[in-house]
Amino acid sequence: MSQAEAATDAVTTGPAAGAVRAPRLLWTFGLLRSELLTTFRRWRTLALLGVLAAVPILVGIAVKIETSDGSSVGGGGPDGGGGPAFISQITNNGLFLVFTALAATLPFFLPMAIGVVAGDAVAGEANAGTLRYLLVAPAGRTRLLLTKYAIVLAFCLVATLTVAVSALTVGAVLFPLGDLTTISGTQISFADGLGRALLIALVVAASLVGIAALGLFVSTLTGSGIAAMATTVGLLITVQILDQIPQLHAIQPYFFSHYWLSFADLMREPVYWDDLVKNLGLQGLYAVVFGSAAWARFTAKDITA
Amino acid sequence: MGDASATEPEQGEPGDSVIATRGLTKRYRGGQLAVDGLDLTVPAGSVFGFLGPNGSGKTTTIRMLMGLIEPTSGTARVLGRPMPRASRAVLPHVGALIEGPALYGFLSGRDNLLRYDAADPTADPRTRRTRVASALERVGLTAAGGKKAKAYSLGMKQRLGLAGALLQPRRLLVLDEPTNGLDPQGMREIRSLVRELASDGTTVFLSSHLLDEIEQVCTHAAVMAQGRLITQGAVADLSAGVRGRLVVTTPDTGDAARVLKEQGAADVVVAEDRVTAEPPERDLAEVNAALVTAGVRVRGFGVERASLEDAFVALTGEGFDVAG
Ligand SMILES: Nc1ncnc2c1ncn2[C@@H]1O[C@H](COP(=O)(O)OP(=O)(O)OP(=O)(O)O)[C@@H](O)[C@H]1O
Ligand SMILES: [Mg+2]
Repeated sequence: MSQAEAATDAVTTGPAAGAVRAPRLLWTFGLLRSELLTTFRRWRTLALLGVLAAVPILVGIAVKIETSDGSSVGGGGPDGGGGPAFISQITNNGLFLVFTALAATLPFFLPMAIGVVAGDAVAGEANAGTLRYLLVAPAGRTRLLLTKYAIVLAFCLVATLTVAVSALTVGAVLFPLGDLTTISGTQISFADGLGRALLIALVVAASLVGIAALGLFVSTLTGSGIAAMATTVGLLITVQILDQIPQLHAIQPYFFSHYWLSFADLMREPVYWDDLVKNLGLQGLYAVVFGSAAWARFTAKDITA
Repeated sequence: MGDASATEPEQGEPGDSVIATRGLTKRYRGGQLAVDGLDLTVPAGSVFGFLGPNGSGKTTTIRMLMGLIEPTSGTARVLGRPMPRASRAVLPHVGALIEGPALYGFLSGRDNLLRYDAADPTADPRTRRTRVASALERVGLTAAGGKKAKAYSLGMKQRLGLAGALLQPRRLLVLDEPTNGLDPQGMREIRSLVRELASDGTTVFLSSHLLDEIEQVCTHAAVMAQGRLITQGAVADLSAGVRGRLVVTTPDTGDAARVLKEQGAADVVVAEDRVTAEPPERDLAEVNAALVTAGVRVRGFGVERASLEDAFVALTGEGFDVAG
């Protein structure tokens, strides 16, 4: 059979001739590793992470300056949901900078970064012509698409953790740390608070699963990386605006961003799960719908670039 | 469409052809009929030249053979298996350079090759570095392997693209204009590389506009024009189909032309000190004797063998404009 031939071919050329063959299942993850290295060696990826890391630093410094005369931060912050509730507590406890930074970046910075990476995932390769060489390697269309989606999801996690870790560091440097008060008014220990911060970061990362799938789908539609990125980010802005229009409340629960700020419910005692579950379910729905659409499109597409 | 089962049994093809297409047709979205009813047969072990003017459908054919685009109708078999259905089983045995190289500019040449090799699930990761190093060596890029690909010259990129096709021992190499952008040394090296690979039993399918290059390395050739196959066969047979021309070098061109016409030569053309004509049916020694008898001072006399270029122009026409 041809696969066996390929394996013997490969083995007889290398110095490892005669060595025992590793399972092919493992070899197939070589693409994932290569993709990971390629994505995180890209200057653009690092720049996006740099911007995300800078947001908590700016927020931290701004709060520090504003409260240096002993006054407290006013409640009228720009963010809906949990934003203002958290920001006023930063001076008491640096851990709240993590919640504030996530609330500040989730509506736009984080999904924009995901939109850029997801939109470029397939279209960027098509644009550069590298897609045809990956396909004749042969990477396999389904395997390549799954790998791309896995990398975008990994980027969601890394991007969110970048914000969280940066915020925790800045919070620890500029403000005191210690036990904290939940939204419900109960006290929890610092260790418990740290655990909740991690949980919140994971939920925020999971909130980006939907736009990641949407971006990947858009990416399979066009041969231009820039167009795919612009479309994805444009969709994000449109949905964010439509989500503010009261007349559209009937369809708003289906917007991928509708339950994003529900992560603040993890800071209640007891945790209020309703919206959190709705959010995760909605993200899963987007992943299935747009993941399938991307697959249907990509596996049937003529690659001429 | 590239993910069909890899377990389909290999079928022997009649005549042992490495590429066989039947009525292969591609109409692009937008209506352009790029390839029209192509019946191509590439014998195993051949170096096959794929010729045709710009826009005649060579790259489109190669894309269909590599499973990148779906044929509108017709079938293509590569290494005896149907494409694009058997992509996963066939393509690990095929090295390809399609429409020039494509590289990740922010990666070094070596890292580009490592990435392409990692994309092949049948490539052993333990031998990856050595295979990449020997591919770089083969195309003369060992010294430049650490340089970022965006800093490569056109010819260096082309060489790196070739190295990508040589990462594994292949049964078939598909090279779309492989010497594009190469310096004369590079071209010669590619030619000797192609010969070397062919002598190892690799079938090489090579598209090019450089006809003398094809004539130098290819055993077989096919000619395309406007999406249709005009002819295919052994290179020697193709140029044999076009007759050579009688060439007389002389200062007395006027007399020579008159004598040649008297001797039955057709299509007599005078250019500077050369008179060329289609050779008459009779013995050329007598034609030469007639010239000398008529007092024509003959400096040179002989028949120029038709080149592949003559055959090509005879088949595809003189016109320079690309067909729409
Ligand atoms: N992606 C595409 N969409 C629509 N038409 C296309 C596309 N690619 C090629 N064509 C058309 O198909 C025809 C054949 O093009 P193809 O690229 O196969 O030619 P070629 O023989 O490789 O030419 P060249 O020698 O210039 O490389 C041309 O008329 C071209 O305009
Ligand atoms: Mg071409």
